[in-house]
Amino acid sequence: MTTELLQQAAAANQWTAIFPELMVGCLALLLLILEIGLPKKSHDIIPNIAIVGLLGIIGAHVFHYQSAFLGQETFNGLLKHTGTGQFMRLFFLLAATGVSVLGTVALKRQAMPKIEFFAITLVVAGAMMLLSQSNHFVMLFVALETITVGFYVLVSYTRTNPLSLEAGLKYLIMGALSSGILLFGIVLLYGVAGNPHLPASSAGSMGFEALRAFLYANPDNLIAAIGIVLVLSGVAFKIGAVPFQIWIPDVYQGAPTPVTAFLAIASKAAGFAILLILVSVFDGYQTLVVHVLTVMAIATIIFGNVAALTQHNVKRLIGLSGVSHAGYLMIGVIAAVQVPFAVGAICFYLFAYMLGSLAVFGVMTHVSGSDDADQDLDHYIDLAKTHPFLGAVLAVGLGSLAGIPPLAGFMGKLFVFLAAFQAGLYLLLGVAIVGVIISIYYYFGWIKAAFFPQWRPPVFEGDDPIPEPPRQPVGTSARILLTVAALASVLLGFYQGPLGQWLGLG
Amino acid sequence: MQNFDILLLAILSPLALALAMALGLPSGLAKKLAYVAFALPALAGICVWYRFGDAVTVGSYAFLTSYDTGLSGLGITLKLGLNGISLPLFVMAGVVGLAAGLYALQSAAERMNTYIMLLLIMQGGLMGVFASVDVFFFYFFHELALIPTFIMVGIWGGRDRNYAAMKMTIYLTVGAMLSLIGLIALYYKSGAESFDLITLRQAVLDQGLTAVAQNNIFALLMFGFGILVSLWPLHTWAPLGYGAAPSSVAMLHAGVLKKFGLYGLIQIALPMLPAGAAHWAVILATLAVVGNVLVIGFVTMAQRDLKQLVGYSSVMHMGYAFLGVACLSIVGAGGVVFMMVAHGLSVALLFLLSTSIYHRTQTFDLDEMGGLVKHAPVLSAFFVAGTLASIGLPGFANFWGELTIFVAAWQVFPTLTVISIAGVVISAIYGLRAAAKVFFGPQTEAFDKVLAEKPAVDLTWAEKLPALLLLAALLGLGFWPKAITTSIDASLSEIYPMAMSIPPTDAEMASK
Repeated sequence: MTTELLQQAAAANQWTAIFPELMVGCLALLLLILEIGLPKKSHDIIPNIAIVGLLGIIGAHVFHYQSAFLGQETFNGLLKHTGTGQFMRLFFLLAATGVSVLGTVALKRQAMPKIEFFAITLVVAGAMMLLSQSNHFVMLFVALETITVGFYVLVSYTRTNPLSLEAGLKYLIMGALSSGILLFGIVLLYGVAGNPHLPASSAGSMGFEALRAFLYANPDNLIAAIGIVLVLSGVAFKIGAVPFQIWIPDVYQGAPTPVTAFLAIASKAAGFAILLILVSVFDGYQTLVVHVLTVMAIATIIFGNVAALTQHNVKRLIGLSGVSHAGYLMIGVIAAVQVPFAVGAICFYLFAYMLGSLAVFGVMTHVSGSDDADQDLDHYIDLAKTHPFLGAVLAVGLGSLAGIPPLAGFMGKLFVFLAAFQAGLYLLLGVAIVGVIISIYYYFGWIKAAFFPQWRPPVFEGDDPIPEPPRQPVGTSARILLTVAALASVLLGFYQGPLGQWLGLG
Repeated sequence: MQNFDILLLAILSPLALALAMALGLPSGLAKKLAYVAFALPALAGICVWYRFGDAVTVGSYAFLTSYDTGLSGLGITLKLGLNGISLPLFVMAGVVGLAAGLYALQSAAERMNTYIMLLLIMQGGLMGVFASVDVFFFYFFHELALIPTFIMVGIWGGRDRNYAAMKMTIYLTVGAMLSLIGLIALYYKSGAESFDLITLRQAVLDQGLTAVAQNNIFALLMFGFGILVSLWPLHTWAPLGYGAAPSSVAMLHAGVLKKFGLYGLIQIALPMLPAGAAHWAVILATLAVVGNVLVIGFVTMAQRDLKQLVGYSSVMHMGYAFLGVACLSIVGAGGVVFMMVAHGLSVALLFLLSTSIYHRTQTFDLDEMGGLVKHAPVLSAFFVAGTLASIGLPGFANFWGELTIFVAAWQVFPTLTVISIAGVVISAIYGLRAAAKVFFGPQTEAFDKVLAEKPAVDLTWAEKLPALLLLAALLGLGFWPKAITTSIDASLSEIYPMAMSIPPTDAEMASK
């Protein structure tokens, strides 16, 4: 990049294009400064500043939703601002807000530094926002690594808990491996696309436009095909698709609950945001991409649901059920090759999934003791009787995740299935239906544990009494979050209104 | 669009109260308002029934209104209206809902507030099922009513409630999923890209469907709806679920919600997929008569548990309904609609009375009962009347439904018709034997013990009122069937012949 180009970029004043990301970054720095500057007694206020700041950024983003940069490339083609990108930005901001609220609840019980969590969450959220708008492999890789490195820290955040450390190590190794695979794929693509003997070759093929043109011009290049498969594999790790799902149960169980929520919601969504972009870049190799994704989707749906069936630890259960959600979403990605409205369907699905997950994870943070990894289905006995509010939120959240009408999750599944039907993916639809039916068993089993009167073994004199399941009182901000997540899940099931119109469904 | 939408009122009034209760309405006030919320749909039903004759119709639907919920781009709008087929079911849903609501309000259920709230959601969903002209919302409201069923069986259920709730959930979800896929297939294959029933019908008339598409979609709908209506051998959830369900839930589910599947077959599958229906008719009729009527008939005779017996008898009577569907004629379909209304009223009455019996005998076991007539003559009169109605005695509504179905079936499947008429004898045997065991005969020792602890009283007014409501409706329709047959006939003769006359689009190729 020459000085002239830099000057041009500066003159174009494109920094406003990434205003939300800049604000998120500044907010993260502000938190760190406050930690040093404020007396220890008033540190409790810092997480609230993070939450309020995020809400402010969300407000500004919604206000400027129709950005002037829509449809343009900025920063010499590193970023491309699209409607989907705008929506995903909002998505990650909302997810970071929800996770921060969960963090205030869960971190109270741990003897751990309390401020860094929020700062790292913000940085990761900012990176995700950039990732969902990337238009260049360099941007993609840098953003992806920022996310992954942030998660290395977050996953092993409770460093006195051996399970959390184990999770951190597993995530580190698997993350490094997947980054390596992704990078290798990028290098192959870059190398082959820079070969001057091939048509449409370009030195700038790190950029998606040039690469797309090259792939169109060389429809059966073996090295490019290998590169594409490797890149998709690297992304599949983020999504948690089979065969790259192996880290999920352990990491989800060991990570602190808010981090698990962040992994389940935002990390997965980031993977899909980039997958959607990549699928359109790899359009010249449509057949290959569709084949790879179809096999992955089938394996992911079946594996996720069957593996979740036998889980008793709710964190593992929700992790594996999240794997199956990735499978349903991949059906949407495959349909998006032919059916444009599938992109909107995926966004809606992700949004509904976020609301349902926030509700469920919110309840989980309140039904756990000092050991965050030990969260069993048995802890939910009589929850609905003793804590009707948590019980109701849990029922709505799980119902939405299971895709039961009239909740938002059902509408998400319906849109994806409609798109799949239009694209003629009957086999995938059949597998998805089987998956949904299996999932009813474990989601409903969880609701059953919380709602239905259960038999409990009698306690005789002299025996140790059965320990009471851990319950935490619900604070104000958590109550607001849970109420909003549950009510929005219900409301979006009945009335999709402006959200449906943004996403091109209405 | 008219200013005041009575159908929307019938759907929203229970739902609105349920929402208010969820947000923390005081329970005393909520209970009083619940009477209003249960009564409004019934009153709305009677009002539309009265006004139906002179109402303006669009595409054979009266009281048509439509609301955009943000999905009009996908061809989904909340469109409400009634035609001659849905009108009687809408009224029946209102009446049975009122009876179930009244019965629930006088019961002493634990956590009464939640119980009433879930029942209200169910009632709102039920009214929506039959008022929807949009196929998507038809499905949507069904699920809205179905979900509370599972929860209520699990929390307030009787014996085996955990197992029963789980089994019901899985079976009914499978059924609902299959039918949803069938409906989506219809949406795309018809080329209408709209879930609006009127548009769908027009699209099918204009373009038609290939025979293969018709066969496949009809199979999806037949088995999907079949599970929901307990078609043999997919019925095993029903007796178990009804045996465990609290009375009001059993009344609403067996009486009204289960009719969703049959209604879907009559309103959607038969008129739009005539070739598919013809392809599957013999199989459907055989399953219905041999499986539901004969096999389940004998199983019912062997029951010793009163509530299970009512549950099985309800499965058995669905066999007649399926036979009527398989006739593929206006007479057969009309018979099924009549039968649905009659069966909904009679089975709700029987479930209500069995729970009242249970409160007096403290058991559902037929062998431990006897001689209740001395203590509760009114209850026994009601129960005998309900049993006779369910058998299909002339004078009750069920008679007309079954008779019409037999007349229609005789022309198509004479042998199967003879078998199913024999089924009436089976239901007479178990019905009358149950009545005899509960009320007549010597008092058993077990019952003596119960009486010593808690003397049995006759039906209280709070129990009598809902029972009276249902019985009056049964007798009313029994003596004056024309009250609903005119509209049923008008709608069926408008919809059916048009569709039946259109051959599948690839018929010429097939004949060559």
